[in-house]
Amino acid sequence: MTVSLRIFFIGGLTAYRGLINWLSPWIFFPTLVIAPIFQILLFVYIGRNAGVQSDEFYVIGNAVQYASIPCLFAMTQAISGERSQQTLTYILVTPAGRLPLFLGRALPVIANAMLVAAFSLLVSGLILGIEVPVSAWPAIGLVIFVATFSCTGLGLICAGIGLRVRETAVLNNVIFGLLLIFTGANLRIAELPGWMQAISYRVPLTHGIEAARRVANGASLGDVSHLLVSEAAIGVVYTVLGYQLLLFMERESRKRASLQVA
Amino acid sequence: MTHALRLFWTGWLFNVKNLTMSGFFMLNAAILPVFYATIAYYMFRTGARPGSLLYASLGAGMMGIWSSTLFGSGGLIQWQRWQGTLEYVIGVPTPLILVVLPMTIATASIGLYSVGATLAWGWLIFDLPLHLAHPVWFAVALPAAVLSLGLLGLVLASTFVLLRNANSLSNLLEYPVWLVTGLLVGLSLLPGWTRPISWVLAPTWGIRGIRQAAIGGDPIVAIAVCLGLGAIYLVIGHFTLRYFERLARERATLALA
Repeated sequence: MTVSLRIFFIGGLTAYRGLINWLSPWIFFPTLVIAPIFQILLFVYIGRNAGVQSDEFYVIGNAVQYASIPCLFAMTQAISGERSQQTLTYILVTPAGRLPLFLGRALPVIANAMLVAAFSLLVSGLILGIEVPVSAWPAIGLVIFVATFSCTGLGLICAGIGLRVRETAVLNNVIFGLLLIFTGANLRIAELPGWMQAISYRVPLTHGIEAARRVANGASLGDVSHLLVSEAAIGVVYTVLGYQLLLFMERESRKRASLQVA
Repeated sequence: MTHALRLFWTGWLFNVKNLTMSGFFMLNAAILPVFYATIAYYMFRTGARPGSLLYASLGAGMMGIWSSTLFGSGGLIQWQRWQGTLEYVIGVPTPLILVVLPMTIATASIGLYSVGATLAWGWLIFDLPLHLAHPVWFAVALPAAVLSLGLLGLVLASTFVLLRNANSLSNLLEYPVWLVTGLLVGLSLLPGWTRPISWVLAPTWGIRGIRQAAIGGDPIVAIAVCLGLGAIYLVIGHFTLRYFERLARERATLALA
């Protein structure tokens, strides 16, 4: 039990620090601190130009949606990065339990994503003069936690794919773009065609973004509990799928001797 | 002169083919702009502003041209370094600018996939009418914008190489330039202090010329300013490239990553 906990917490953090090269301030600040603010400003101004929705709609939507960058990219890098570093063999040859080994790497990703979303929301809110009541912040923090957990589940699936596919950056960018459309960060989901709505309600972040908007407008946690439960359930499904995919990829790579195939 | 033109044509064609084979560049050029165009279509359609679908299509297409130029040209010399070809590029008797220029124009030309993709997507899915107000001027404005952005790419290529973390600078500059050059936003909506920044950036005039040729208006001034800015970028790029070459030779840092 102690060993598993050590692998989960210490192993996860060590792997994260070792594999995520954007922890360098030169990469971290432009990519995860400044870029989300400009994404928010871009959509706020497009919204003003088109004459739709309030600034608050885009600020909250994009701040939570941008958490998908660390969730997808960092989660993929934290596992499939072992392959490009030629260290995957050493990791998989150990008798360590796979559950703490893989899921432990998700914890720093969630913390990083929460920081990105909360900071973007705070700073862009200050720039655009959007007032989110101080009393709403703890609830928004919880919403962001559930949303980032859910999206990290999707990142785990990308990590599994990343054990076989070389162009993970392309894959993650495509998923990021799709989330920009389908999560309702910039569009009211009710205005989308039926088939798009069906997808929207099955991807991470959609319920989280909706919950964050309602909480910022004065709703209590109880009022949005159904949204949080849906978001968490989606996160559990994606996490289980991602974990199973990682196990499948490990089995297949042993069978086909394709572990370090670049 | 013939030698220079032949070199330009061969270099441009080779690099367009090379970039077309890259998943990353094709993603930036053909897929991501379609996502942004889709969001803009829905937003503008909800706002019910007449003629705005073509406005959004062209703006999203231009976003792709800027992204291709930014990532392609910004990292160009660094990539030559990683691939071990920079020594040959510098060592040949041909002036460096004649070798690098076709590469940067090629990175901007890849962005033409963006314009094609967003217009085709809008036409297929959103019933975007593809009627151009001034087709001949459109045929002039589009290459003028690509040329001017390619020349801006020359400045990026020769200055980013002096920075250690140029890739993160590319990430940093994508959204702000989309915003400040009015690709999907009316410039009048932005704060006044952003206006001088937008004036010195080719995408501002490029998209203005393209839109006036496509939707209506007089595109001549915008095209002329766009080409004029391109000429200024060429002069700046010429000097910054020479500066880089001299520094690299003096310090013997040509192949150092």
